[in-house]
Amino acid sequence: MSERTSLIQGNVAIARGAIQAGCKFFAGYPITPSSEIAETMSEELPEVGGKFIQMEDEIASIGATIGASLAGDKAMTATSGPGFSLKQENLGFAVMAEIPLVVINIQRGGPSTGIPTKASQGDVMQARYGSHGDYPIIALSPASVKESFYMSIRAFSLAEKYRTPVIILGDEIIAHLTEKVTLNSEEMPEIIEREAPEVSPEKYLPYQRISGGVAKLAPFGQGYRYHISGLVHDETGFPTNDHEEAKKQLEHLNNKFAPHKDDIIYFEEHHTKDMDTLIVAYGAPARSARRALHIARDNGHKVGLLRLKTIWPFPDEKIENLLNEVKQVIVPEMNRGQIAQEIKKYNPHNKEIMQINKINGEPIRPDEILELIEQEG
Amino acid sequence: MDYFKYLRKDKMPHIWCDGCGNGIVLKSILRTIDGVKWDKDEIVLISGIGCSGRTSGYVDFNTLHTTHGRALTFATGMKLSNPELKIIVLSGDGDATAIGGNHFIHAARRNLDLNLIVLNNNIYGMTGGQVSPTTPHQKITSTTPHGNPDFAFDISDLAKSAGANFVARVPAVMTNKMDRYIQKAFQKEGFAVVETLTPCPTSYGRANTETGETGVEMLQYQKENSISIDKAKQLSRSELQNKIITGIYVDKEDPSYLEHYQQNQDNAN
Repeated sequence: MSERTSLIQGNVAIARGAIQAGCKFFAGYPITPSSEIAETMSEELPEVGGKFIQMEDEIASIGATIGASLAGDKAMTATSGPGFSLKQENLGFAVMAEIPLVVINIQRGGPSTGIPTKASQGDVMQARYGSHGDYPIIALSPASVKESFYMSIRAFSLAEKYRTPVIILGDEIIAHLTEKVTLNSEEMPEIIEREAPEVSPEKYLPYQRISGGVAKLAPFGQGYRYHISGLVHDETGFPTNDHEEAKKQLEHLNNKFAPHKDDIIYFEEHHTKDMDTLIVAYGAPARSARRALHIARDNGHKVGLLRLKTIWPFPDEKIENLLNEVKQVIVPEMNRGQIAQEIKKYNPHNKEIMQINKINGEPIRPDEILELIEQEG
Repeated sequence: MDYFKYLRKDKMPHIWCDGCGNGIVLKSILRTIDGVKWDKDEIVLISGIGCSGRTSGYVDFNTLHTTHGRALTFATGMKLSNPELKIIVLSGDGDATAIGGNHFIHAARRNLDLNLIVLNNNIYGMTGGQVSPTTPHQKITSTTPHGNPDFAFDISDLAKSAGANFVARVPAVMTNKMDRYIQKAFQKEGFAVVETLTPCPTSYGRANTETGETGVEMLQYQKENSISIDKAKQLSRSELQNKIITGIYVDKEDPSYLEHYQQNQDNAN
């Protein structure tokens, strides 16, 4: 087992994780609190033969990222809330055309310009439903600098494996947190490379509807001359207005992740075998939750924690199973309850869901969670 | 030459109306590709949204039909990622200079080695004839029923000012000239723009018959009212009214973005 220790910032960890994953292209636009990702990429990508470009706006950044991915590179862009809003149309294109790429959104206070330098988790639902139409998406959320590094790698692997954009929903706290990171080879997520089609160009179907599988994406310029469009398309990629064909394509697209939920969804559990109160948290509030949990357990409260690493697709089965075990659930979030509302969909026995919400840019403190635990006995 | 060598025969017939200029431009592009002997596998044709956007579906290259106005951004990432690709971007006047206007000027400023063919028909054809940034002042469209209060962009002037290495304007009626300009664009390092003027009888001609009502009449109008850049320089502003200026706006050899980029990379390493 080889180890590497460094003292780095969350945003830098995301950038370095991307490079570790084999990212060779980054396009971005300056925005607080994600700019350090672009700065790190501009410095370090050339060292590995990668290309960095600062584009004229957020829309252009994701456009260039899609173009680079189609040329065969692992590609990434990074932004924050306002930029994430601007990217939504092209994000939808990448979903529809099934182009692998990674989009980092370091969330800041909103709506609109909001509080640019303060933390938020207000884009959970934008990540899920921000682009028009019905579509599936993968979104991950890190809770430490070290995890930011690994999650960046994992995001690329999921993007390549499932031919999809993958979003990392960071928050300003983790992004600007500098902490000691010890990486070791055993913890390193698998790095998945894009596979070339196995068939000849004549037989290639870029949107073949393989049951439970994903069609291979041939990079442009390698002899597979085919068509990519954001229009509803058949297996060849060419547009169609046929209702049956449209239904088939969109069903296939929307069900793409369903057989692979166990591979895509990951989380961390603390004391969930022996609890009557469950905390569900992700990102920075999960750190406060862990602290609150330790104190509460020392004080005799049976508290457990489910820390979500995958936000979308939502870990519905896990939530439903754990909700069966407890009397109540506490959900601390730096938004008005975007994940709490989702949890309520998987609460058949109507367990009490208690929210701790902050949208003023302040972090959620351990004592605020602890207070609620102790109040409820 | 056999145009079908470069066309996806099974995707015909195309959606363009009778009298549309898009086919004229497409044929010129294909003739030029045949002339410069580019390999079909190395060509990428990227288009935006609108009538011109549909071209990507008809040609037998690597083809990418992007979002409205954003074709140049996709092209920028792709060219940087794989400089070997020969990238042709097709864009309408609305696509290139309204919703995609920002990308247009920045692509020209960057001077990356891309070939942009603008199909300027002075109107939004696909959506039913609304006013575009190149609809002349006071013309009638479906969203300017009482006349267009705006003034038109000069696409070629804009591209020149923004820094493109090659810019030329040519009306659809002048196909030989169009072939020559597109060839120059293809062979140019850096950003190259050919602004083609394409009749849209369905949306534009019908509402503004003074410049021709049918496709043929509109081409005839182009023929009778086109003047060269040199000649235009000798005319007054009022004499230039209703004239179509054609010719090469800029043809320079500034190092392309990729050259500068490589130099900076070399400095870093």
